[in-house]
Amino acid sequence: MKPAISIQNLSKSYKEVEALKSISFEVKQGELFGLIGPDGAGKSTLFRILTTLTLADSGIVRVMDMDVVQDFREIRNRIGYMPGRFSLYQDLTVAENLEFFATIFGTTIEENYDLIRDIYVQLEPFKTRPAGKLSGGMKQKLALCCALIHKPEVLFLDEPTTGVDPVSRKEFWQMLKRLKNEGIAILVSTPYMDEAALCDRIALVQKGEILSIASPDTINEAFHGTLVAMKSHRMYELLTTLRNHPKVASCYAFGEFLNAALMDGDEDWQSLEMDIRHKGFDDLVAYETTAGIENVFMQLLSQAEA
Amino acid sequence: MKEKVITSNKLSRKFGDFVAVDEVTFEVSKGEIFGFLGANGAGKTTAMRMLCGLLAPSSGSATVAGYDVSTQPEMVKKNIGYMSQKFSMYEDLTVKENFLFYGGVYGLKRKAIIERLSMMLGLLNLSHVMNSLVGSLPLGWKQKLSFSLAMLHQPGIIFLDEPTGGVDPITRRQFWDLIYEAAYDGITIFVTTHYMDEAEYCDRVSIMVDGSIKALDSPENLRKTYNAASMDGVFQELARGTSTK
Repeated sequence: MKPAISIQNLSKSYKEVEALKSISFEVKQGELFGLIGPDGAGKSTLFRILTTLTLADSGIVRVMDMDVVQDFREIRNRIGYMPGRFSLYQDLTVAENLEFFATIFGTTIEENYDLIRDIYVQLEPFKTRPAGKLSGGMKQKLALCCALIHKPEVLFLDEPTTGVDPVSRKEFWQMLKRLKNEGIAILVSTPYMDEAALCDRIALVQKGEILSIASPDTINEAFHGTLVAMKSHRMYELLTTLRNHPKVASCYAFGEFLNAALMDGDEDWQSLEMDIRHKGFDDLVAYETTAGIENVFMQLLSQAEA
Repeated sequence: MKEKVITSNKLSRKFGDFVAVDEVTFEVSKGEIFGFLGANGAGKTTAMRMLCGLLAPSSGSATVAGYDVSTQPEMVKKNIGYMSQKFSMYEDLTVKENFLFYGGVYGLKRKAIIERLSMMLGLLNLSHVMNSLVGSLPLGWKQKLSFSLAMLHQPGIIFLDEPTGGVDPITRRQFWDLIYEAAYDGITIFVTTHYMDEAEYCDRVSIMVDGSIKALDSPENLRKTYNAASMDGVFQELARGTSTK
């Protein structure tokens, strides 16, 4: 089976800024593939090239085995794209926006209603509301419906959940899972690491380069060193104490706990615990922990910067 | 008991028939990091705009830094810092020009502004961007500069509306280092976020649902009360009731 998306040595620069530096990867048919990276990593440029809206400087890019330059018309009919900025008509109602997108793709809402039904039932109470007056989560669900109405084979979603609350994000991802089960390949970017865990595979992107590609289950293997979780009631003091400790390579807050990575080759976290306890943190809780996607990404980021 | 720097008493705001904020009552102590959470459309931004003196309440009252938000909104504005969700520095001015402009609006002297800017840039390791155009800087740096700008006139309270949306995980934590430091210096922080790990960094957290505050406590107590492993669990439980189960 041909891949849904195939990218080989893709490069793109804007004046002196190298937005994409010879990147290569493939997305399989029916795969949910995540692009994880901060603002400015080059994700939106990649989306614009894949959706035939921007030309690459060099490299081969194919979508459903069609060339993004020569076959751009055909590609546009067979993909769905949700850009990073909300780009529906704010002064049209929910129903009018959907109707409009169905019409320009030469279809009707009824024809592909099955695909959007689960999403659309949540929007139905607001059918007559102008799109500009919807809440953030609802806007994104409408945009997803509009991107799906012509039954695309590949779906491109550029940060669909940025600024969306955790409950709506969860619902949005449940919808993506269902679409994937329908056989649609999905390329989705996100700054949220918890969403990465829901993808089949993820690529970590930084400054136009792919740092790593793996499944969420195996990406923690990319982490080097021993990681200790610690907490106390004096978190800020604990953070500064750990950062200044000779055994600690880096220390960051991770929700309820701090995560301290030990210096390369040092596995003796118990003596760090003793030491910190002796510095007056009587209520210290400490245990060795395994790295998550965010730990891996942060380690790769700091290696790339160094 | 610690000094209360924000008090909200049945604060409400209607738009036509729609009740955006419905009798919200709470207090924030000096030096506290107060997390203000809620789903999109729950009324957070409306409540925050009232507390900043930007929008008049329909009923109820609130004081911020000792001033009444209804009758003394100008005094409220002078005594708080505010960092909006949308980036609000002028992209085509340099960092220094932006600070001189905003400092001027607050009536600060040029010499004092430059002294304080130099000090703040030094702490951020960003001294080299003093004369750079703001538009040319990475998002993470802009966010840190916005924070410094909101702190320029040395307010006792700072309101941060989703300050870390879209930035990378390291920058996000560096940003929280700034928040911790400010709180350590006695500055009160009122912050909204959609990152539930950040909710854990707050001293206390309120969760707003349909215009009302549904829960308000320390993250630890909220986790216990709702029998959840993380703040994300608490939020999922409260923010849309049973629909997500």
